[in-house]
Amino acid sequence: MNTPALARSPLARPRSYRWARRVTGALAFIALVELAGRAGLAEFMPPASEILQRAGALLLDPAFRAHAGTSMLAWAIGLAIAALVAVPLGVLFGSFPLLDAATRAIMEFLRPIPSVALIPLVALLIGTGLQHRIALVIYAAVWPILYNTMYGMHDVDPVAKESLRSYGFSRPAVLWWVSLPSAAPFIMTGFRLATGVALILTVSTEIVAGRGEGIGVFIYFAGIAVPARMDDILAGVVWVGLFGVLVNALLVAAERRLFRWHLARTGGGA
Amino acid sequence: MRRLARGLSRWLLLAVLVIVWELVTRAAGSAFFPPPSTIVRRMHAMWFSGPPDRLFFTDLAVENILPSLGRMAGGLAGGAGAGILLGLALGLSARAYDYLDGVLQFLRAIPPPALVTVFLVVFGFGLRMQLAFIMFSVVWPVLLNTADGARAVEPLYLDTGRTFRLSRRERVMRIVLPAALPKIFAGLRLALSLSLIVTVFAELLPGTTNGIGFQLTVAYSMFNLPAMWAGIVLLGILGYLLNELFLVVERRVLGWHHARETAGA
Repeated sequence: MNTPALARSPLARPRSYRWARRVTGALAFIALVELAGRAGLAEFMPPASEILQRAGALLLDPAFRAHAGTSMLAWAIGLAIAALVAVPLGVLFGSFPLLDAATRAIMEFLRPIPSVALIPLVALLIGTGLQHRIALVIYAAVWPILYNTMYGMHDVDPVAKESLRSYGFSRPAVLWWVSLPSAAPFIMTGFRLATGVALILTVSTEIVAGRGEGIGVFIYFAGIAVPARMDDILAGVVWVGLFGVLVNALLVAAERRLFRWHLARTGGGA
Repeated sequence: MRRLARGLSRWLLLAVLVIVWELVTRAAGSAFFPPPSTIVRRMHAMWFSGPPDRLFFTDLAVENILPSLGRMAGGLAGGAGAGILLGLALGLSARAYDYLDGVLQFLRAIPPPALVTVFLVVFGFGLRMQLAFIMFSVVWPVLLNTADGARAVEPLYLDTGRTFRLSRRERVMRIVLPAALPKIFAGLRLALSLSLIVTVFAELLPGTTNGIGFQLTVAYSMFNLPAMWAGIVLLGILGYLLNELFLVVERRVLGWHHARETAGA
């Protein structure tokens, strides 16, 4: 919008500089947790060194790896199915407004239901194994992907579509060459949001079900043990958090790389 | 007029949908999928068949729906308030933002339910733990959105404010806060739906004694499917109403912003 603002914007500073500050901030945070733990300020807080040591040890523990692996499996399968369902549906609803209008009522009826409220019902319907988590991940992850896909389809430049149509391209061809590439950045954003939601649902379902394998089960049992194994809980939390940050960072990087043209068009926002 | 017609057709579609649902579930006769009429009757019997002087709310409704809403409102208010304050502070200092960005991204990436056992150990079962847990869960979307909004304030406005010798406090209240409001509301909307989710989650845990989530657990342990469906439908309706209410407030507060956007476009 205005160039003078750019010169003062923190975005304009060199990346390495920002990274140095980020790392300093992270180290300061770890030091703070360490101090709090050592000083006994927070009675239940083990020092950071202990948590990180435990996190490292857990990585070599086959039982913990099995827990983490099961969770990641449920997360990945649920997300994949959600994407396979939501992207075609979104494209369909985005292409045919009548269909959109007809199904909107169903969607507006289903969407406000808080996903975790379905945990007990789904447990009765299909049991509490891996399928339980996968079903809930699908339910929660479908919405962000579906809505972003539909939004992306509405955002397609009508002139581009009409031009290709008038050159005699078929509807599927226009969809393939114009609409889908144009909606792709939105679909990707929806998917990235869904990965976070899916992680929440995986852990929630595991904690409420409280049996079998899974990082949530691990954290839950560490919590109800007497005395509670706080270092185990927090080490588990560290891994879940790092996993979330990593997935998000990878997808953001992929978005930047794949859709540079889109960022250029929208001014790099969002 | 057209909006009215659209709203009407939407409700009509919903009615058709419910009728189809009724017919299919009756034909199937599955114990797992009771017909909507059964669900509605159960909802009525459970919550809305009380005396008229209590607006027809039953004891069960007063003992479970109100605590759920109260916890949610308390947690949301605390979390949102803290999120806006911290977000403004963070957004005003580019340096602080740089230092804390990484830590905040990490804290936000932790699924809140993973930390529920931490809150359990620290606070024990009960209201304090639930409130702290809900607050912690909803603070991140508000905080990060507020910081983003505060960072994106047009520098020209701030310079103008300085020229007019507005104090720092006045600049924050009159320039930064209004400019960040659209972003803050985007964060609040995320926080609203998240707060309902984490409230129900906290109530599903053992050690809870009331709440809609608690009723779901009771229905689960007694294999009472109509009651379970009733709870889910009630939560869906609550979610819908809360979102509509939020949109009304947002339209009021951000009316000037939308007016400017459409005028400028």
